[in-house]
Amino acid sequence: MAEVPISWFLTLSAVLFALGVAGFVFRRNIITLFMSIELMLNAVNLSFVTFSYQLKQVSGHLFVFFVMVVAAAEAAVGLAIILTIFKNRATLNVDDVSSMKN
Amino acid sequence: MDVILFLTFAIIAVVCAINVVVQTHPIASAVSLVGVMGSLAVLYLLLGAEFIAAAQVIVYAGAIMVLFVFVIMLLNAGAEVRHGRSLMAQVLGVPLLIALLGVVAYFVQRLYPRGTMVHFGGFTGGSAQAVGHALFTTYLLPFEVTSILVLIAIVGAIVLARKEMD
Repeated sequence: MAEVPISWFLTLSAVLFALGVAGFVFRRNIITLFMSIELMLNAVNLSFVTFSYQLKQVSGHLFVFFVMVVAAAEAAVGLAIILTIFKNRATLNVDDVSSMKN
Repeated sequence: MDVILFLTFAIIAVVCAINVVVQTHPIASAVSLVGVMGSLAVLYLLLGAEFIAAAQVIVYAGAIMVLFVFVIMLLNAGAEVRHGRSLMAQVLGVPLLIALLGVVAYFVQRLYPRGTMVHFGGFTGGSAQAVGHALFTTYLLPFEVTSILVLIAIVGAIVLARKEMD
């Protein structure tokens, strides 16, 4: 068997996305939360490229391109916000930055 | 050959992704995430997405992860302190995750029982030329909107991270 079924790629994408969700839910370090978001975005990108292969269209690659741009912008702004929070609160734990809760 | 390539890099990606979630130190998570992105770039090549594979390595593994590592070093982030978490999360978390994955995998297999088979070279429309042509004809408006988004992100990052002047 020299060919890979397309469902394997989609399953791998689902596995990576679930791991990203798990990291987002279980972890408390705000930088690790951001990395979990990047992991989820990568999983979705893999789905886009896979469907692009199946439909023999280049559109999926364009969506991946836009997702990458948005991820880069999000990382820049998000890390700047993390710097500001650390300057004001001196903590990276998201449980300590819950002042809107009460 | 393609199956071996896929399985090798899929296993690397999954192991690195588990490492991202499990490691307590942010630097270890960041390095594992670079591993995930590198192996995904190989899978993109397998799917015929040359431009996206190159952009994955340059933009994600290069630029974004360097930004992450910079911030981790700048903040001198240490290992995460483990607080007691709820009993329900400890007991149910991993089994529910595996159950979710099982359901998703089942439905993917149901939807694509004899789906397209992927082999290297089966799709050659992912070259930089094809992507660039689609980008500047069909997707010209989203491309321009994206440039405004990046401009806003630059201004926002500078405003947030600068020192107060007053």
